[in-house]
Amino acid sequence: MATEINLDNIEDLAVGSAFLGTGGGGDPYLGSLLCREAIAKYGPVRLVSLDDLKDEDSVYVAAAIGAPTVMIEKLFSVEDQHHAVSLLERYLDRPATAITSAEIGGCNSMMPVAYAAMRGLPLVDGDGMGRAFPELQMTSMNVAGIACAPMTLADEHGNSLLIQANSGKKAELLARPVVAEMGASICMSCYPMTGAEARRGLVRDTISAAVAIGEAVRTRGDLSAIDRLVGALRQHAYYADAYRIFDGKITEIERTTQSGWVTGKCTIAAALGKREAQLTFKNENLVVYVDGVLRCVVPDLITVVDQETGQAIPTERLAYGQRVSVIGCSAPAPLKTPAALEVVGPACFGLSEAYTPIRALMEGKE
Amino acid sequence: MRIGVDVGGTNTDAVLMDGSKVLASRKMPTTADVSSGIEAAIGAILTEADVTGSQIDCVMIGTTHFTNAFVQAKDLARVFALRIGAPAGRGIPPFSAWPAAMRDAVFGGYAMVRGGYEFDGRQIAPLDEAAIAAAARDIKAKGIGHVAVSGIFSQLNADQEIRAGEILADAVPGLSVSLSSQLGRVGLLERENAAIMNASLRSLADHVADAFARALESLGITAPFFVSQNDGTLMKTDQLRRYPVLTFAAGPTNSLRGAAWLTGLKDAIVVDIGGTTTDIGVLVNGFPRQSSVAVDIGGVRTNFRMPDIISIGLGGGSRVREHGGKVTVGPDSTGFRLLREGLIFGGATLTASDIAVASGKADFGDRKKVEHLDEGLVFAALDAIHGLVEDGIDRMKTSRGKTPMILVGGGHVLISRPLEGISQTEAPDHAGVANAVGAAIGQISGEIDRIYNIANDDSREAALADARERAIEAAVLAGADRASVEIVNIEAVPLQYLPGGATRVVCRAVGDLVMEKA
Repeated sequence: MATEINLDNIEDLAVGSAFLGTGGGGDPYLGSLLCREAIAKYGPVRLVSLDDLKDEDSVYVAAAIGAPTVMIEKLFSVEDQHHAVSLLERYLDRPATAITSAEIGGCNSMMPVAYAAMRGLPLVDGDGMGRAFPELQMTSMNVAGIACAPMTLADEHGNSLLIQANSGKKAELLARPVVAEMGASICMSCYPMTGAEARRGLVRDTISAAVAIGEAVRTRGDLSAIDRLVGALRQHAYYADAYRIFDGKITEIERTTQSGWVTGKCTIAAALGKREAQLTFKNENLVVYVDGVLRCVVPDLITVVDQETGQAIPTERLAYGQRVSVIGCSAPAPLKTPAALEVVGPACFGLSEAYTPIRALMEGKE
Repeated sequence: MRIGVDVGGTNTDAVLMDGSKVLASRKMPTTADVSSGIEAAIGAILTEADVTGSQIDCVMIGTTHFTNAFVQAKDLARVFALRIGAPAGRGIPPFSAWPAAMRDAVFGGYAMVRGGYEFDGRQIAPLDEAAIAAAARDIKAKGIGHVAVSGIFSQLNADQEIRAGEILADAVPGLSVSLSSQLGRVGLLERENAAIMNASLRSLADHVADAFARALESLGITAPFFVSQNDGTLMKTDQLRRYPVLTFAAGPTNSLRGAAWLTGLKDAIVVDIGGTTTDIGVLVNGFPRQSSVAVDIGGVRTNFRMPDIISIGLGGGSRVREHGGKVTVGPDSTGFRLLREGLIFGGATLTASDIAVASGKADFGDRKKVEHLDEGLVFAALDAIHGLVEDGIDRMKTSRGKTPMILVGGGHVLISRPLEGISQTEAPDHAGVANAVGAAIGQISGEIDRIYNIANDDSREAALADARERAIEAAVLAGADRASVEIVNIEAVPLQYLPGGATRVVCRAVGDLVMEKA
């Protein structure tokens, strides 16, 4: 298990976090360049297990927020991240002793690594989602009763903002217009926690899990990339119910966009016979059916990967003719409690399906 | 009459065309100095058609010379990169993620100065002219001759890049300035990389443009000449001198465009079967479908407009093997040694060409040498060959249903059966010089890539109309005849995770070259 993030495994983390992004979360490529710069300058980042956090530790989230299309123009910098975190540190009068990721899936796995390197602080081996979700209230911290606010936003000009909000959802609603005003590619910190809170609020071991997943996909061997991927998922306590749900070729893809959401459907047909899978996404992949039978539904993870390389394909790059495998796996336990399903369950995405664990769907109805 | 030339890594092809007729064509070896190969090929077709240089109205040249030079890090100049956009973007400086060998060959320092634009057109900061003046002093002190200027969202508004270029050029006499806004699309790092690559090729571009001019002059051709760009359209020589990087994908593009022209098909799959590989591309409205993913060139990430092409390991020289009843073809090939090693040429290696001849569908080499082959083996190998091509075609299609196919390249004889998903198959004459034909028929294009705020159907219409107009103006400015210009592609893609209607619009217009009579 990875105990630090360095120049040798940063690419593994990028590939693994793209998988955990379940089709969304933004491309970790640019973030991995930022990490390379930061690690080369400040040295590798030590991972600290949730078990090793002291009660009185102060854990701060580092994250980018905005639109991926804007981020690829404006890039990121750790200095802006520092403005966001230091504002929160001053407000709470509690200096950071560890940094954490709010979202392991996609590009927000990267900023915390670069920022922890800059601060010389350990990075918590965990995050607030165990995957990617589109909104600030959709976190394990929120489910555990830890407040999203006070939350800070900072742009590259030194403009920063501290938001007090009485719910995670309200923080999300207040933040979005400000994010656009500040240039749609900025840094934030939220869910400030003590070590004790982090232990009960964060999803554990997800950074090292992403590294292991990426390593499995990237390391060539006798097994196919998909088999290595599924094998790596099964090693992890949270992702262990992992299945190769469907193999085939994308035969139909439709997308519509409204108010920042790209929603759509994708049909995947088997190479032989008439079997078909139907995938629905809303920035991230939400639900998949095979021949009309439900196989996996959010918050369990659904990722479409290239059949040969095992690399995740984000929803905006799904295209007719791609040979893909649909991989599904169980969501981390903290996201599946009744309270959690109120925040990240199917209904939160406008779905009518009730949540049923992937294991029951894949093995109960065969 | 017009001449089309394709200068490849191995061969230089030339065709002489009058209207829609191909009068003569010739393949000659490419030479190290480029110009003598061109002279030889053009000289040969002029002689063959009994035409003099003065009768030529126009010459179009496609070349992979710059691509090859960059990939091999040969004849590259050092480049200073100026990025406009601070305080944004500082965390990932220019030249990030360049392979060490390329960086060693090209790196000439960088500066990140204040300026740049937001996605909605506001300035991130006013342009820091004092910092640019300081960068100019640094460039002068280092003796660097080429600078690449890239600004955040400069493809939305190039004003700051242009101003920065003026300041640098004034301060450093003889400095060549490459602007990223002229090159790429959304994606600062990729666009900046393209500008740096371009700057590194500027000296070579002057050299090659001069060599082209000399070659034509020595043949008595006084007509203007143009160079093929990535998208199959043409640019003038002064544009080649400034933006040589725009030729990077001209080779495969010209091949696809030539195939379209030779058959009259505008929408088709093009299958180009060579000795070692088969390249499969797609024509949409007469132009190659462009790739949507980042393209690495020499290990450097770019977002050029490149044709979307897949290569599969199947060609006339592909080795055919039998393992436990299963017959495989390729991906390894005898390549240019086919003429020694293939069975039909007296060699000992079973190749795809041997199968085609043994099946009776093709007739070259010595047919008797393959008469002994087992019929079942030949049949199974044909299955494998057609299966590989069908699979490749299917990967490139964007929808169900059948589509026409154009078969070009020397290996087209491998295909003798109807293919799954194909409605009709065309194998045109002159398919071997489709590249040069593609160069000869080049038109002029203009493209824009901007973000518009689209709130409702009215503003959507207004935005698309504005995009069309800007693309048409860009085409006319590049030398297109206004009356002939039409929009060939327009896409509007809303931005994710952002409220409101911020939408990225890419629009391309194409028209005929204004012919200046020689």
